[in-house]
Amino acid sequence: MIDTATLDYDFDEETLGFEEPPAQPTPPASWPERLSIAAVALGFLALIVTLLGPLSGTWAGILLSFGLIVLGSAAYFWFAYRNTVPGIKHDGIMFGSATHLGLIGWGLGIAITGFYVVLYWWPEYLERGVRLVDPLSHALAGGPADRWFFYGFLYTLAILVFGVRMFMKYRHNRYQIIRTASVMFFQLGFAFLIPQLLKSFNQPEFYFTYFWPLKYDYLFPSTVDSLTSHPGALGVFMVFWGAVATFIATPVLTYLYGKRWYCSWVCGCGGLAETLGDPFRQLSSKTTRSWRIERGIIYSVLIFITVTTIALWVNSATEGRVFGRLSGPLASAYGFYVGALFSGVIGVGFYPLMGSRVWCRFGCPMAAILGIFQRFFSRFRITTNGGQCMSCGNCSTYCEMGIDVRAYAQRGENIVRASCVGCGICSAVCPRGVLKLENGPTHADRYPGADQPLAALQEALSAAKVYEGKNGAAAPDPVDPALRSQRRPLRSQFTRRL
Amino acid sequence: MHVAIIGNGVTGVTAAIRLRRKQPDWRITLISGESKYHYSRPALMYVFMGHMTYQGTKPFEDDFWSINRLDLRRDWVTGIDAARKCLTLHRGGDFHFDKLLIATGSKSNKFGWPGQDLRGVQGLYSLQDLRSLYHNANGTRHAVIVGGGLIGIELAEMLHSRNIHVTFLVREPSYWSNILPMEESGMINEIIREQGIGLKLKTSLKEILDDGSGRVCGVVTEDGERLECQFVGLTAGVSPNIDLVRDSEIETGRGVLVDRGFQTSVQDIYAAGDCAEIVTGGERNLLQQVWYTGKKQGEVAGDVLAGEDRTYDPGIWYNSAKFLDLEYQVYGRVNLNVPGERNLFWRHPEQLQSLRIVYAEEGVIGVNLMGIRYRHDVCERWISEQRPVDFVLDNLAKANFDPEFFDRHESDIVPALREQMS
Repeated sequence: MIDTATLDYDFDEETLGFEEPPAQPTPPASWPERLSIAAVALGFLALIVTLLGPLSGTWAGILLSFGLIVLGSAAYFWFAYRNTVPGIKHDGIMFGSATHLGLIGWGLGIAITGFYVVLYWWPEYLERGVRLVDPLSHALAGGPADRWFFYGFLYTLAILVFGVRMFMKYRHNRYQIIRTASVMFFQLGFAFLIPQLLKSFNQPEFYFTYFWPLKYDYLFPSTVDSLTSHPGALGVFMVFWGAVATFIATPVLTYLYGKRWYCSWVCGCGGLAETLGDPFRQLSSKTTRSWRIERGIIYSVLIFITVTTIALWVNSATEGRVFGRLSGPLASAYGFYVGALFSGVIGVGFYPLMGSRVWCRFGCPMAAILGIFQRFFSRFRITTNGGQCMSCGNCSTYCEMGIDVRAYAQRGENIVRASCVGCGICSAVCPRGVLKLENGPTHADRYPGADQPLAALQEALSAAKVYEGKNGAAAPDPVDPALRSQRRPLRSQFTRRL
Repeated sequence: MHVAIIGNGVTGVTAAIRLRRKQPDWRITLISGESKYHYSRPALMYVFMGHMTYQGTKPFEDDFWSINRLDLRRDWVTGIDAARKCLTLHRGGDFHFDKLLIATGSKSNKFGWPGQDLRGVQGLYSLQDLRSLYHNANGTRHAVIVGGGLIGIELAEMLHSRNIHVTFLVREPSYWSNILPMEESGMINEIIREQGIGLKLKTSLKEILDDGSGRVCGVVTEDGERLECQFVGLTAGVSPNIDLVRDSEIETGRGVLVDRGFQTSVQDIYAAGDCAEIVTGGERNLLQQVWYTGKKQGEVAGDVLAGEDRTYDPGIWYNSAKFLDLEYQVYGRVNLNVPGERNLFWRHPEQLQSLRIVYAEEGVIGVNLMGIRYRHDVCERWISEQRPVDFVLDNLAKANFDPEFFDRHESDIVPALREQMS
């Protein structure tokens, strides 16, 4: 007989769920941790004083405010993690107000979104902040700061401080350490110091780690004209560099290493997502529906920028005879809706709401191109270790790109997805050591059909059509769902497919 | 044709999916009183620790079941009438089937300790157990866990994450040393103590004490030591959950007795997974109670239900676990003190990392790893092809599965092991 306690069990886990369990009080923070927090608090106080008072625009002002905040928070992360045994530290993530859509999370989301709105459309309210960093701008760029210098300064600090957090959190994982060091290096050097130094040498402000179509105007005729007409050879080199990066380096490096060479090692957007965004990576949606939306938007953005760029060139070559005045507004529209609203405001502002890769996942046209190469013409894959997966779902939970990694791992299949940025966190959090990022032969074991990428691409496109035309694969197949899935081995519905 | 499956754990669900692939038109019903949808049992701990949401533990999206026409029934089966091919449901009355798969899993062992049914005393296996843990953790400052194994360490980690002090009572001289060799087992002792969890070895439970209100207030060990605690976790193994079957005409032993095709003593009734005891015809019946075997048995059971003539081949054994922050993998047989078998063992001088190769006359038979990841397919091939130990050592680095940029130790391991061989 089954015992009555079992028979009486009727808890509805679907609607009631499992909230935070009871706990004993957390031991008080150590003295170094408390001092670090005090330093951060003092820094913010100094920031307010500096904004209002006479210290504005002095080195003392910068050091007292940003210096204390940066050092204090980096020290806090250092000491807080130092007392733990190295390993995955995700206790309480799903109970945290900031990390699981609580009041703090929503507050942060609104605050960061608000900051970007002010930055783009009401910069006059940031004027005091911009003046604060004048001494640094004078030293680097040889002139007063503007809002973009101020923004770049904050952006770089965020990557550096939260990079320290990554170093400590993943100090048992050398892939994470090297990758984090890489994004910190490229942000500080190539996306902050070098562009400013170029200005001080009267050269164009140029970002050597941003390429078309992410930095969409780098292949616009106007930018090319202005760079090539700049005195000296550097401007021409910059045009050459940008073109080589887009048309040669991108396919070659993605073939060799996958999308990750850029998205999680070099790119500044990726750099911020991998550092400041790490506490929010679990908030990305893993549903098939969100995947469908993702593909719809990201490839639309890619088409948008490609059409716009071609139109601008045709217009420039024909002096406006073909498109008339269409291409200009097209470029402006892209700049406003995608460049500012999507990549800036939503891209970072929605970190605490939709995870750290909202822009990279749903919008970035560079990610779209890299993704197509990665999916069909690359050596990169995440290998699944035989039958060791026990479907726990840590990999899917912590995938910032919303890939349902488990859906593949539990079938013993390798993961080859266009959106994967190769951050390596799925491999790190897997409690059974099932996943490994690898560059290997493109054929045979990458995924079934990998040795015929063109056929696979065709298949994927036709499968997508079937899917969209039928109001989702949810439509019951009168013939045989099993056969259908055999017919379309690359169909995207992994979590739904048998 | 209507196939009913009792239990929506990994075995039942795997069988249902296999069956649906082979028989697109049959009606398939999964019956479970535990949860509405299939969830990953090993992920229970991550819900409690806040690493994952409960929703995140479900391996398939909710519409998977309707898309693939797998009917779900939330109810407890209270009786099986094998002759009439009819189940009695606790809430729903009679339920007819043409074929039946029993996949009811396991339940935690209780060895008749005095006080084992007090409030605050529980095992950890099911969603009900997780729910009880929420109640029982309330007000618990100190917890005692009885039995050192794979579930015990999970329960300890869960409670530890809520700042509850945990003490293990382990009967063996070292953690899980009935399964693991002393060296590996010793590494687990180390990491348990390093994280501030108490570990009392060679200690058995004698009695669980009542605080007068029916709730646990402490335990007494066989040595007479008394420990104050507000919670006792019983994790001394699991046994087949066959309470339901015992009252029926289906033959049972320790589990539901089945042949290699998962057929029970009654026509059209099958059992697989943790609850099944496979009669091999050999010296001992086969009783396998881990996730992987549950899945493998479910695959074969699904094919058999579909009408195929298949038998279960356990294949090369493998398993893995994580002891707090220490990962463990095993491929093949790593048995202790077997005559004719030789062990080669390497341990990192400072870190918790080790590799053991067991071999005999015919070749390599087992690989044991702590803190290092190896490739399943490579190890399995070596063992099934009975590769000589020299061959394995020559090619050892090919099996490494650690993430990129991790230290590779094969250049230290291979010479050290060759020295042990000579």
